[in-house]
Amino acid sequence: MNPTEGETDALAEPVPGALGERILLGHGSGGRLTADLFQGLFLPAFRSPQLEVAADQALVELGGATVAVTTDSFVVSPLFFPGGDIGRLAVCGTVNDLAVGGATPLYLTVGFILEEGLPVADLRRIVASMAEAAREAGVTIVAGDTKVVERGKGDGVFVNTTGVGLVPPGLRLSPRAIRPGDCILVSGPVGDHGVTIMALRSGIGVEAGIRSDTAPLSGLVRALLDAVPGAVRCMRDPTRGGLATTLVELARAAGLCFQVEEAAIPVREEVRALCEMLGIDPLYVANEGKLVAIVDGAAADAALAALRSHPLGREAQIIGRVASGPPGAVHLRTVVGGTRPLDLLEGEQLPRIC
Amino acid sequence: MRFVDEFRQQPLAQGLARALARAAERLPRPIHIMEVCGGHTHAIFRFGLHDLLPPQVRLIHGPGCPVCVTPRSRVEQAIALARQPGTILTCFGDMLRVPGHRTSLLGARAEGADVRMVYSALDALEIARAHPDRRVVWFAIGFETTIPGNAMAALRARGMGLQNFYLLTHQVLLPPALRAILDAPDVRVDAFIGPGHVSTIIGTEPYRFVAEEYGRPVVISGFEPLDLLQSILMIVRQVAEGRAEVEVQYRRAVPPRGNPIALRAMAEVFTPVTQEWRGLGMLPESGLGLRPEFAEMDADRAFPDLAPGELPDPRACACGEILRGVRTPPECPVFGTGCTPEHPLGACMVSPEGACAAYYRYRPHRSGRAEAAAAKAGDPEAAAAAAPAAGTPAATPGPGTPAATPAAGPSAPGGESR
Repeated sequence: MNPTEGETDALAEPVPGALGERILLGHGSGGRLTADLFQGLFLPAFRSPQLEVAADQALVELGGATVAVTTDSFVVSPLFFPGGDIGRLAVCGTVNDLAVGGATPLYLTVGFILEEGLPVADLRRIVASMAEAAREAGVTIVAGDTKVVERGKGDGVFVNTTGVGLVPPGLRLSPRAIRPGDCILVSGPVGDHGVTIMALRSGIGVEAGIRSDTAPLSGLVRALLDAVPGAVRCMRDPTRGGLATTLVELARAAGLCFQVEEAAIPVREEVRALCEMLGIDPLYVANEGKLVAIVDGAAADAALAALRSHPLGREAQIIGRVASGPPGAVHLRTVVGGTRPLDLLEGEQLPRIC
Repeated sequence: MRFVDEFRQQPLAQGLARALARAAERLPRPIHIMEVCGGHTHAIFRFGLHDLLPPQVRLIHGPGCPVCVTPRSRVEQAIALARQPGTILTCFGDMLRVPGHRTSLLGARAEGADVRMVYSALDALEIARAHPDRRVVWFAIGFETTIPGNAMAALRARGMGLQNFYLLTHQVLLPPALRAILDAPDVRVDAFIGPGHVSTIIGTEPYRFVAEEYGRPVVISGFEPLDLLQSILMIVRQVAEGRAEVEVQYRRAVPPRGNPIALRAMAEVFTPVTQEWRGLGMLPESGLGLRPEFAEMDADRAFPDLAPGELPDPRACACGEILRGVRTPPECPVFGTGCTPEHPLGACMVSPEGACAAYYRYRPHRSGRAEAAAAKAGDPEAAAAAAPAAGTPAATPGPGTPAATPAAGPSAPGGESR
């Protein structure tokens, strides 16, 4: 806040500081408010070299090995949705945060916060789903914790998972490795997960064939890294805030300008239709099984082929490239040939009325 | 996607852009066109249409966002209502973030008030039916597109014999706002892109005065990029040929006489009132309030003493001038500094459809002061990078956006998808 000189009225307005006085839903959206919370509260208190990097995973040196660590909590409602459930999500979310850092995910811990009255059958289903997702991802669940809160103090089940993985010697992925001329790849259609959840919550229903893309990316990442050794600069899984927020974060971290073609970004027909109906932009909708990779331009075709040869990457596309231009900007060439910059998601994404 | 992709074809867009460039050469001078509707503003930024316009055509973003023009006093009243024990306040999603004086409905909810986002007035009615022991207030805002839905809710509530359903109305009419803009001494608008979905309700007749009394062309437009480009072309041709007429580009949806059923429902429930507009002030006969026959549903009567009195717009904010097209957003002294989408001071920064929010989000570099200086020195429109609302959060149907899709059940806004 930096009111203009002489504009005392602006000063008199109750403009709160970056955090405001209370936590809002938007502070958990993964967008700008979340960043404010991290920068304004958590980082100053917990400051460490790993937190300063603010990546999806922290890298620590242990006994000569580079170990990746990450943690994530899951509070999705409804607990079960087409394409997954909170258990599958909790395993995949943490596995993916490790995988996009180049790590091979190895071990998970699981913490449950259960609400009094939860049907045991539901918990059984969630746990079975977690076990299956862990097998798919090749990780072992090695520790856990359970707490029960009074009825009304939780939303059925909250799950926290913490993951540990091993980074192959010599591999260092970082936005700072991005160079002009690099290509931007996405592993498949965006928006599936977020739109599935929004459709369920809005009561529109999901019989139109929309399902969450929740999946562990460790296999896909391995296939890509093996196919184009040394050519992958950086990877992310575009979860909260969607593809657009992820691209902006990468462009800023790299200090470079991204040029993206709207027409090249894969979005399922059903997802596009629902987004039009709700008035939201699929580029800002969460994914839980998609990969964004920035790859040396010379290796882009090989990288695309590698992604497409994996079951989770069949619909992969090259969506843009790193170019000269204002540092930190992401320019989208729209389907009609205009240009608009993309920005971080502002606050919580609310479905539009019409 | 059928019936959408057809209106977004790049070769046709480029063709229209070329035709526009040719037609603009015949303009006597550069012109300012106001797109009245927030839905149009949104589409212009989302598709980057500024890039396809000739330099002789500048766009000004008008007051057609119902959330933006709802004054602070009314928002404060809604917050006060929401805090009453035994009360549920229901509203459209994008109303949640609109600042009153001290907080917003979202803030009130974080403090414990029962505020629920719904997708249509009929969802609010359903909440009232499901909670006979609570008083359920529907924050009935909107332009002519949304008002028929509010009327239907009142009529159905009566039909169902509901005793616990109330409307807090702030319903605004578009033609009086256009007159206010045209009557302002410093008006800079040469023509209007008319809001298509308002005309699906009211038809074309109510705009005739703009052409006949004020000599400004009006082209009622659809909301896809090709609609807007074609409408701008029609306006440029009118000006170049010295015509001022009301034309309809959005013929696939706009009947000349509008929607008689909707108009009947509106007239049965509501009556014209003098209404306050954020940014424009009090405008006579510019709103619709409940008729005396529906007084028992009027939240103003059911909850007296909650109106906060006058709360003028913050003085530092240039919203009024921006809504009239006299200033561009970067020329406002608090743009991007004291006033941002997270902490908006003024109407135009409130909703993603507002002019300031659109400028703020879609310009790659934004240091308010430097930008304002650049805007003053050169061409503000050209400097404005084009793009739409990031994340496009919930918007109340603007005059241009279609009536709400009847979706079932209330829903917590946003929340976590993980």
